[in-house]
Amino acid sequence: MADLSAAYLGLSAALFAIGALGLIRRRNPLVMIMCVELMLNAVNLTFVTFGNMLNDAAGQAIVFFVLVVAAAEVVVGLGIIVALARRKPGLSADDMNVLRG
Amino acid sequence: MTSALLLAADPLYAQGVDLTALLITILKVVVAFAFLLVATMLMVWFERKLVSDMQNRIGPNRAGPWGILQTLADGTKLFFKEHINPIRAERRVYVLAPFLSFVPAFLLFCIVPVSGNWANGGDGTVELFGRTTYLQLADPPVGILFALAMSSIAVYGVMLAGWSSGSKYPLLGSVRASAQMVSYEAAMGLSVMAVVLVTGTVSTHGMVASQAGDGLFHVLPNWAVFTTLLVPFVIFVIAGTAELNRPPFDLVEAEQELVAGFNTEYSSIRFALFFLAEFMNTVTMSGIFVTLFLGGPSGPAPIGPAWLWGCIWFFLKTSAFLFMFVWFRATLPRFRYDQLMDLGWKLLIPLSLGWLLMLAAVQLSGQQNWNPVAVGAGVILMFLIGWSLLRSANAKARAVHLGEEVNA
Amino acid sequence: MAVNYVVFFICALICLLGATGVVFSRNPVHAALSLVATLFGIAVLFVQQSAHFLAAVQVIVYTGAIVVLILFVMMLLGVDQEEDIDEEPLLGVRAAGTIVATILLLGLLAVFFLQSNRSTLVTGERSVTAPLSVDASLDSTKGVAETAGPDNMATLGRLLFTRYVFAFEVTAALLTIAVVGAVVLARRPDRLQPVPDEPESMDDDFMAALESEAGH
Repeated sequence: MADLSAAYLGLSAALFAIGALGLIRRRNPLVMIMCVELMLNAVNLTFVTFGNMLNDAAGQAIVFFVLVVAAAEVVVGLGIIVALARRKPGLSADDMNVLRG
Repeated sequence: MTSALLLAADPLYAQGVDLTALLITILKVVVAFAFLLVATMLMVWFERKLVSDMQNRIGPNRAGPWGILQTLADGTKLFFKEHINPIRAERRVYVLAPFLSFVPAFLLFCIVPVSGNWANGGDGTVELFGRTTYLQLADPPVGILFALAMSSIAVYGVMLAGWSSGSKYPLLGSVRASAQMVSYEAAMGLSVMAVVLVTGTVSTHGMVASQAGDGLFHVLPNWAVFTTLLVPFVIFVIAGTAELNRPPFDLVEAEQELVAGFNTEYSSIRFALFFLAEFMNTVTMSGIFVTLFLGGPSGPAPIGPAWLWGCIWFFLKTSAFLFMFVWFRATLPRFRYDQLMDLGWKLLIPLSLGWLLMLAAVQLSGQQNWNPVAVGAGVILMFLIGWSLLRSANAKARAVHLGEEVNA
Repeated sequence: MAVNYVVFFICALICLLGATGVVFSRNPVHAALSLVATLFGIAVLFVQQSAHFLAAVQVIVYTGAIVVLILFVMMLLGVDQEEDIDEEPLLGVRAAGTIVATILLLGLLAVFFLQSNRSTLVTGERSVTAPLSVDASLDSTKGVAETAGPDNMATLGRLLFTRYVFAFEVTAALLTIAVVGAVVLARRPDRLQPVPDEPESMDDDFMAALESEAGH
């Protein structure tokens, strides 16, 4: 099991890096939210792996809270996107660079 | 991380997975697959026959005795129809969507215990080729949560079907259908939690085991429909019907409303897959109703092998629910979409949540030696007071709002 | 234990392919479906590590609700138009992205694998010298392996409702606030004024419109 723990950690590091790459590169806000979810999932996997390695159930409890907070964040983020998209179609994160509107 | 953990308490895997266990599992999978397909076929025929009976006509009676092979004939016809791929359809997702609808319907059946040897305090296992096993495909540690997960996946099939068709009616139909399914999943989950609270376990085998005995006054069986005091059962049935897009909640695929909703642009095999998936989901959901609330295969076993009687009782109870579904189709008018969403969000979710809290209070009172009836009645009274206050506040706000609009 | 390796390999492949699909898909809906694939892979990896409840919650909440919501917004707003990812208006974003991602990856791998006492990490022994002071009954150190299977949920539930109950209640409040915020954000403005291009009543305007039509 030891080898696999290291592999889990490597996988989550890779997922986190790919998520970060996507967050920087993509301009569609919805895809950016998805990249954030990807990073959060990588973190979840890390927590569960460490919980498994250290024989501590707190890892799973933390993942539970991360899940809930991610859900709340997506809800609010989508609300913002919907409110913004009503103003002008053709959504792009590059255009959302002023506080007004 | 052995397989024993993965498939939890099924004693077939207690000593690890060897060839016999693997073969028995494959046998179970094949039998379940075949059973589900045949059941779906018969369900389609049953619905057509029963609806026509209720409408005073004969129904299909040509293909086979009493028209039993009608579904087979329809399926064959559909297979040979021409594939029409709309030009504006998004190819890959268009092809994927029927399978996203079809596969969860199968997987949902895995956790339903079809039978078991519950007589004389048996633990529900049977002997197969020298190995004891449960008569269900799998008993995962998360049990009934797997069913909720599969119904969540079924939403994708509907949503992607409509979107990928590239035309207006399917898109509208699919968005409405998936909103409907997502809304009623919450009420379903809360009713399931009520059953989990009362039976004390999430695993379907454990649920059926705890409902196998005698309940109140040794007259009623210990079924969850009685121990949860009926309301979660009603809520789950209504929410399950809405989740399946069955009448009276079938606005999204009704011909009079949206042509055929999300499956307008599908033809031949893919349409057959959607059609089959819907009926397969119906059969499986009836099985889930029976497992959760009616004790699964529990029932008296007068003579002969107990597991056979378990199968018979399970079959009878499931048929009762299938009859109920067809009855709904034949008698009830359709819900309008806003009525549907109102029902789901404003009635079912608060009601199931409140009932869950009441059941938790009653359970606690049982542990603390309070009077459970008084506690239950007190909680219900509190909820009624809160509900009436909320309604009067809503009515007042609406009057003020309308007054402003009229005066503005 | 060879099965474990095979399962991990397959799921890791699915996760990585899904992740690259999210980042490099032109079509946002394809990106969402790739995300679903990744989430499923991660759910299976959770099950492999005896976090059964979390796997179920991951499928129900993440794939069954969050990604469905994202797809809803895509379909309703029509942002499913393909983004032109070949062209990048801002200078240096691509290079910056690649550099940041590479540094992140190398940094994380370095933290995980370049320990002075490497055996501590990979054998899973606790690397703290003092035990956590825990209430014996709460016992989050009860362990994941001992509580696998049906007890996994019981342990998690006990933890959530005793040791972490404050965080639990705070997240409940957070969810309520998020729902209220979303309703406020997505509400149409100008609800009390009538929509200007619709007639106040169909009778007078209709007849007037008909007459004017007939007059033309």
